[in-house]
Amino acid sequence: MQRTTMDLWVGLFVAAGIGALLVLALKVGNMGTYSAAQSYTLMGSFENIGGLKPRAPVKSAGVVVGRVLDIQFNPETFDAVVTMSIDIRYRFPKDTFASILTSGLLGEQYIGLAAGGDEVMLKSGDKIMKTNSAMVLEEMIGRFLFNKASENKDGKN
Amino acid sequence: MLPRRIVLGIQGVGHRVIESVWRLGRASRFFILMLMKSGTSMRRFRLVIREIYFTGVLSLIIIVVSGLFVGMVLGLQGYETLQKYGSESAVGTLVALSLVRELGPVVAALLFASRAGSAITAEIGLMKATEQLAAMEMMAVDPMARVVAPRFWAGVISMPFLAAMFSSVGVFGGYLVTVVLIGVDEGSFWSQMQSAVDFRYDIVNGVIKTCVFGVAVTAIAVFEGYDAPPTAEGVSGATTRTVVTSSLAILGLDFVLTAFMFRGMS
Repeated sequence: MQRTTMDLWVGLFVAAGIGALLVLALKVGNMGTYSAAQSYTLMGSFENIGGLKPRAPVKSAGVVVGRVLDIQFNPETFDAVVTMSIDIRYRFPKDTFASILTSGLLGEQYIGLAAGGDEVMLKSGDKIMKTNSAMVLEEMIGRFLFNKASENKDGKN
Repeated sequence: MLPRRIVLGIQGVGHRVIESVWRLGRASRFFILMLMKSGTSMRRFRLVIREIYFTGVLSLIIIVVSGLFVGMVLGLQGYETLQKYGSESAVGTLVALSLVRELGPVVAALLFASRAGSAITAEIGLMKATEQLAAMEMMAVDPMARVVAPRFWAGVISMPFLAAMFSSVGVFGGYLVTVVLIGVDEGSFWSQMQSAVDFRYDIVNGVIKTCVFGVAVTAIAVFEGYDAPPTAEGVSGATTRTVVTSSLAILGLDFVLTAFMFRGMS
């Protein structure tokens, strides 16, 4: 085989390989939709995070605006500190409400941000003051049964 | 009578163990020597390009065709099971994650071992049997630098590209079967896939796996070829051993790498 023909084929092979890697990164993976390069971090402490995991999405009005970076336990206040990285394009007011929600009945858990009306915007490293914990099914059932029982007692008296 | 037999049996086991430790030691020394002699193939990169043509470009057809079929079968089987739970739009996630994380690297490496690894072993083994390697040494051409190292580097370079092509063609095959043929919604196919497949955790880990497999397969192939007894029988045995050993090495390494990469991930 001639040198130039072989070079051509190897060049095509390498180009196709790099193309396949790009397809995987952009079309199959999430590189096209979200880049971690330009983002700022926000913190929030929750009483209970339920099944929230690192890399879970942070959504506002249903749109993914960031990801959960890190979850840690604060041994002084006994609550969970969640660090989020938010896309630099989206700024949120100081009185934004963060709550842990579940997508669908069995879906993954995510953080929902509901914007408030404050004029001052949150800066990188700020802490979200208003948070709402995850719903834990056992606690909800327990509360429901407790209410039911006390209702019955009231009815008898 | 009986104790003598037992002694002979234990001797046989001991002989085999010593033999395999010897072989392992030879293989390690061979590997280090090859890395030290790799300078020539980096300086004369044309040697490597020639070998990329034979190991990489000529393996393309089998890789692309098997990738397409594996993706199509994954799509069919995934749809069959997921539609029972009414979540057939998650079929894109299933196809993409199983290809990028496991099937792409592993199946592409297995095919590469049997298509290119066996060819490398047979070529080097036959060169040794026909005393071409000895002739090179007589002419003061180091066969390690001229024959072995370029083949090794060509395999290491080709493997990630082949596996990436396998995975992306597989995703396309899954798309063909589920979206075009069965009629799963195209938007949810891609969007669920994109939200589930992470670049760092899934794609980069897959590429790391293929690089490790590439090193393992080609190192085994060149060693078996170089170490083969210089007879027709020896070369055929070495070719068989290449395919068997590298397949087992791929599967074993895959387990170890997966245990490290995806441990504790959601």
